[in-house]
Amino acid sequence: MSTPQHQEVDAHTGTATTGHEWDGIRELNTPLPKWWLYILYATIVWSFGYFIVYPSWPLLASHTPGVLGWTSRGAVTADLQSLQVQRAPMLSALDAASFTDIAKDEKLRGFAIAQGRAAFGDNCAPCHGSGGGGSPSFPNLNDDDWLWGATVEDIRQTIAYGVRSGHEQTRVGAPMPAFGQTGMLKPAEISQVSDHVRAMAGLPTEKGYDAALGEKLFSEQCSSCHGDTGKGNIELGAPNLTDKIWLFGSDKASIADGVNRGRGSIMPAWTGRLDDTTIKALAIYVHGLGGGK
Amino acid sequence: MSLWNKHQIFEKNSIILVIGVLIVISIGGLVEILPLYYLKSTIEKVEGMRPYSPLELAGRDIYVREGCYNCHSQMIRSLRDEVERYGHYSLAAESMYDRPFQWGSKRNGPDLARVGAKYSDDWHRQHLDNPRQMVPGSIMPAYPWLAKTELDTREVASSMKVQAFQGVPYTPEMIENAEKDLVTQATTDSPNADALTKRYPKAQVRKFSGGTGAVNEADALIAYLQMLGTLVDFKVYDGKANLR
Repeated sequence: MSTPQHQEVDAHTGTATTGHEWDGIRELNTPLPKWWLYILYATIVWSFGYFIVYPSWPLLASHTPGVLGWTSRGAVTADLQSLQVQRAPMLSALDAASFTDIAKDEKLRGFAIAQGRAAFGDNCAPCHGSGGGGSPSFPNLNDDDWLWGATVEDIRQTIAYGVRSGHEQTRVGAPMPAFGQTGMLKPAEISQVSDHVRAMAGLPTEKGYDAALGEKLFSEQCSSCHGDTGKGNIELGAPNLTDKIWLFGSDKASIADGVNRGRGSIMPAWTGRLDDTTIKALAIYVHGLGGGK
Repeated sequence: MSLWNKHQIFEKNSIILVIGVLIVISIGGLVEILPLYYLKSTIEKVEGMRPYSPLELAGRDIYVREGCYNCHSQMIRSLRDEVERYGHYSLAAESMYDRPFQWGSKRNGPDLARVGAKYSDDWHRQHLDNPRQMVPGSIMPAYPWLAKTELDTREVASSMKVQAFQGVPYTPEMIENAEKDLVTQATTDSPNADALTKRYPKAQVRKFSGGTGAVNEADALIAYLQMLGTLVDFKVYDGKANLR
């Protein structure tokens, strides 16, 4: 580019110098490679095309919108709409069909399960495990023990409105009281009733367990929710205490801890966060994990 | 001396070169940054945004202290896959009271912009205590000390004063009641909850980390996490008016 006036040529390399000299050292004037330079110019020309087509320069009250009228938010909205259109036939079929019909329609059921699995991975797996295996205090969804009902409609309702979630249609069932902390039961009584719960489940009890006292305490304090025989009550979300499935552990310490401090797990309501069709698909997926009735 | 050779003035005087460089850089800055301050379209008009309550602000300070932003973004980009997974793309209005913002730039873990009310408090408590217990393959470090460390509440009022100085609309009444509001929000069924939610609408009031005892760091952090992305009322948000 530059044509220095001092056309001094370095004898050793044969290249012109810039004419600058510092302490007897002179600088070679090596121009930028032509290919590089032309690409730079091309990008500058390209940027003018961008200014015209896309939003770019800030102005006083707004910015230049570009002749295409493109916006990133408009683009994602259009993207989501086209996705909606693509899925619409299956989604509206899923929406319209009853759970009984879906169960009969292999294709629709497959679609619902695929939708449900995807939604489960992000929304449900953090608590219930990626395969629905649960963890202490977060129910296993693979077994056939259900706190709030095992039909697909029951499951849908639990997902949509949650458990003690604060939603007006949430499943409420009074949380289990803290019998120990509120003084309703003394430590010795908690020990007795905990042993009684283990006895009902066919588990060994500790020495000092008085079956008559345990049963009396249970029928006074526990049976109104868990039932006289400890079979639980789905209306109240009170678990069946006689089976081998334990949400908080079957050892005496865990049971006594529950009696002492109470229990009352919360599941968030998903309506509003997930759309109704996704919740329906989730219910079908969860119901199909193995334990649904 | 042709015009082209005038660059020698810059090459031969370092101070002039420095001034020249500063001028060129500031033009870039002025064009890119300055308009954000005067353009009304920068921050959308939304319903529901409010400054953080004292407990949430304390939780946010813990979020910053523990470096959560290094692995978690709070920025749902306007891309289809992100909106499908995380919900509505983030709005500028949603971080207008964030100083500094927590958008992050890396996602080793998921985006947290709308994690509020997604999981239960119990889940958060156990997950902070040991992430592997809840998510077997998780690489998140455990933060077991949060639930065992009493929250230092001495700084919260002055922290709010600094935020107010930076432009967050904390009123003198809010700053005055900071410590009281903080304890109120971390107390299940607190009798003072009404006064708190009047100052901070939609504030969730309960003992976030469960159990009893003084307000701990897990209470504050969970309170913060449980409100993320829950303030803006998207039912009345006009998306079409805010396309950009």
